[in-house]
Amino acid sequence: MITGLLIIFPLICALILFLLNTEKWIKIIAVAGSVTQFLISAYGLFLFTTKCNCQLLLYLGSAENLGISLRFGLDGISLLLVLLTTFLIPLIILTTIQHRYRNPSALYGLIMLMEMAFIGVFSAYDGMLFYIFWELALIPAYFICAIWGGNDRIRITLKFFIYTFTGSLFMLVGLIYLFFRTPLPHSFDLHSLTSAILSSKEQAWIFLAFFLAFAIKIPIFPLHTWQPDTYTVAPSGGTMILAGIMLKMGIYGLLRFLLPICPIVMQNWGFIIIILAVVGIIYASIIAIRQKDLKRLVAYSSIAHVGLISAGVFTMTEIGLNGVVIQMISHGINIVGLFMIIDRIEIRLKTTEISRLGGIALKAPFLAVFFMIFLLGSIALPMTNGFIGEFLILLGIFEYNHWIAAVTGITIILSAVYMLRMYQQTMFGEPVELTSNMKDLTWLEALPMIPLVIMVFWIGIFPGFYLHLAEPAIKEMLYFVHG
Amino acid sequence: MTTLIILSLLGVFVLAEGILKKKSWQLPTIFLGLLISLFATIGSWNSNAHFYNEMLIIDNFAVAFTALLIFITFLIFMFAGIYYAAVQRSLDDIFAIMIFALVGCVIMTSFGNLIMLFIGIETLSISLYVLAGSHKEAITSNEATLKYFLLGSFLSCFLLFGIVLIYTGSGSFNLAVIAQYTANNTNHLSPLFQAGLFLMITGMAFKIAIVPFHFWAPDVYEGTPTLLTAFMATVVKTASIIALYRLFVCGFPAIHETWETLLWIMAVLTIIVGNFTGLYQPNFKRMLAYSSISHSGYMILAVIAFNSRTANALLFYSAAYSIASVTAFGILILIRGTKGNDQFSSFKGMAKTNPLEALCLTIALLSLTGIPPLAGFMGKYYLFMAALEKGYLWLVILAVLGSAVSVGYYFKPIITMYLKEGNGEKFVTTISYKTAIIFLSILTVILGILPFLMMDLL
Repeated sequence: MITGLLIIFPLICALILFLLNTEKWIKIIAVAGSVTQFLISAYGLFLFTTKCNCQLLLYLGSAENLGISLRFGLDGISLLLVLLTTFLIPLIILTTIQHRYRNPSALYGLIMLMEMAFIGVFSAYDGMLFYIFWELALIPAYFICAIWGGNDRIRITLKFFIYTFTGSLFMLVGLIYLFFRTPLPHSFDLHSLTSAILSSKEQAWIFLAFFLAFAIKIPIFPLHTWQPDTYTVAPSGGTMILAGIMLKMGIYGLLRFLLPICPIVMQNWGFIIIILAVVGIIYASIIAIRQKDLKRLVAYSSIAHVGLISAGVFTMTEIGLNGVVIQMISHGINIVGLFMIIDRIEIRLKTTEISRLGGIALKAPFLAVFFMIFLLGSIALPMTNGFIGEFLILLGIFEYNHWIAAVTGITIILSAVYMLRMYQQTMFGEPVELTSNMKDLTWLEALPMIPLVIMVFWIGIFPGFYLHLAEPAIKEMLYFVHG
Repeated sequence: MTTLIILSLLGVFVLAEGILKKKSWQLPTIFLGLLISLFATIGSWNSNAHFYNEMLIIDNFAVAFTALLIFITFLIFMFAGIYYAAVQRSLDDIFAIMIFALVGCVIMTSFGNLIMLFIGIETLSISLYVLAGSHKEAITSNEATLKYFLLGSFLSCFLLFGIVLIYTGSGSFNLAVIAQYTANNTNHLSPLFQAGLFLMITGMAFKIAIVPFHFWAPDVYEGTPTLLTAFMATVVKTASIIALYRLFVCGFPAIHETWETLLWIMAVLTIIVGNFTGLYQPNFKRMLAYSSISHSGYMILAVIAFNSRTANALLFYSAAYSIASVTAFGILILIRGTKGNDQFSSFKGMAKTNPLEALCLTIALLSLTGIPPLAGFMGKYYLFMAALEKGYLWLVILAVLGSAVSVGYYFKPIITMYLKEGNGEKFVTTISYKTAIIFLSILTVILGILPFLMMDLL
């Protein structure tokens, strides 16, 4: 019931927003709608218990001939991701309303539409529904980036679209192929998909088809080339949604579909993928060090971080997966926080070029403090959310292979290098000409950052609540792997 | 059968109105007549009648597709008013010939005999030769009709010759008898029969415009008046594919292996060539021509992989494709009418001046690309599912890649409309035009969200 409401409500908000004309009302409805949505999901959390695994189910019947069953549900992992979505969207909207975009009704309507698609992705218990929502999320994302984006947006967003669309088409083929291997009567139902009988060769091909879609979305090296450009060119709200929520769809897909459907291949090929992920971390970190633009730097840092998360998925240890769940949330919070800060800098100084900035801490101390907190969370300093996630993932990798864990551990230092360098160059020192008149954050600007800061420390100090929520779901996933 | 009679009478009636100089009555008469024939068609659901020694077989397959074709023709006539708004003379001839072409299409959906197939195709083709040249003053229209007529009549001979050669083997024009003959002689078919089969494939491939027999299509589509291009790209295309489906599925199912590979190659070529060439088209109309070529490639998947699902998959796909295409042609009519050309630059700034039209075109193009939750996606999904059920994995993978390529050209107008600044010139539209495109867009969305409305028919 609550799951259905979570999907329908943003859709209704989106439709209302599309019809509105006055900017003031659009902003009020967007904020109110997204906050209400958060409250609904919080009520869902209230109803949720960790006693049994799959909860808050919604079954609306099925189309026999199509094999689609309209089945939704939330287990621990999906609930956490839904909460992340509903938590971040109001904050992102609060940041965005401080901009003056043309045609705001379409912008906020599309954001709400995306929220609906995200919730659909995270709560679908049917492969085809998952696919439909997965693609549905792409259309608003494309239009948000393409219409309100920066320079050269046409080429970059089309590349982004074709890249991700191609990946998901392979997933579609894999999904339909899988459908005909499910026990009779064929169905896309998740339960049915996981009990499909596959030879190891078939598993390998299905793995590839799905993995391509997920790896492009995450993105895993070497399929990341769309990402830095898109993050840079997208409007700040769009970047936050892409980085904070959309890429979690890929990791969620790995957990929800690939782990139970092709456990053997996941185990056999896990080593290669982990190596790929680690190479991606090092590669992205090195490039990040050389970046001259704040947005691009954070974009590359994101590639490094999600590389670590995907490595964590493929360790397939309980502790590693715990880390993955925590780190998905932490990454969402930290990266949105970082992009919010960058957005504030850009709105004041009209540039995000590192070399032109400096001494902001003296002029805007609050901004610098918030920046520091998100940055430290991102570097994974103890007591922050990033530490818990990365630590658990590293433990998982250590259980999997000591040597890889050693190499990965070292790469974490790299993230400190580029992040702190960036901080030093932009925040410290004497104010340069451009930053000499910079104003500090207003209350309204700080408002969306405060919940994020609270989350950084809450997860950093008391992660137990979140781990506890996800535990049964992780146990069940591992059951498919280890029996 | 009633449908055929009603439609033929409707054509004659429209002609008579021309003689009586009742121009304002024409479109209402046509709408009324099409509606009546639509209801008559639906009324014969489950009747399974056959006429004249199984010359015509009105099974549910025929009924469903006939209804679809009439419905799409109805949709196209909704744009006739705005398209011919500036034309003073009576248009009874054009409208009547369109309806006669529809009669040919209806025969093609319900033939039980190769002779009927040929009659259907010729009724259709001859009408189309005239329609392609109906804009007498334009040199492009004359070029289109000449090209189409020369090649079309030549390829009709292939078809006819093929039918004759098949007769030499099986001794009958009746599809059921031919099917019986092939089932009995699967391994020792006479060479003449086989030659006839391939000649027929050639002839049909030309009519559908499958690669490598597609070269006429872009030129003819471009030269033909836009409203009639819409008719050719949707109703005619669908009817030809249905005829191919019926021919092979009812006539030659036992020798599936002989024609499967050939069609397989042609389908893949059609999808690849159609989509890649579509990327390089200078204007919207030619782009739609290539889009229609590539979509016929997808529809052939249903013929190749025929099983219990494919008839319905084909029905759904052709409905989704036709509705979206008619929308796109509707917008094309608007743009040509206002700007005089259909270069992509004409779309600039349309999102600002005409947000509704831009949105409808976007929905249509996204549906043609195959993006959920629109009708086009469901059609593709259902078709791919049918093909994969028979194990055509590589065919589906290539088709999917073609879909990815098609983003490149379907997004061109979308990008131009939303992202490029225009000169602010507004396209003037009428209420009825707006109603028509909104209706079509709603259909596209509804079919996508509630696909089961049309999924279990056949």
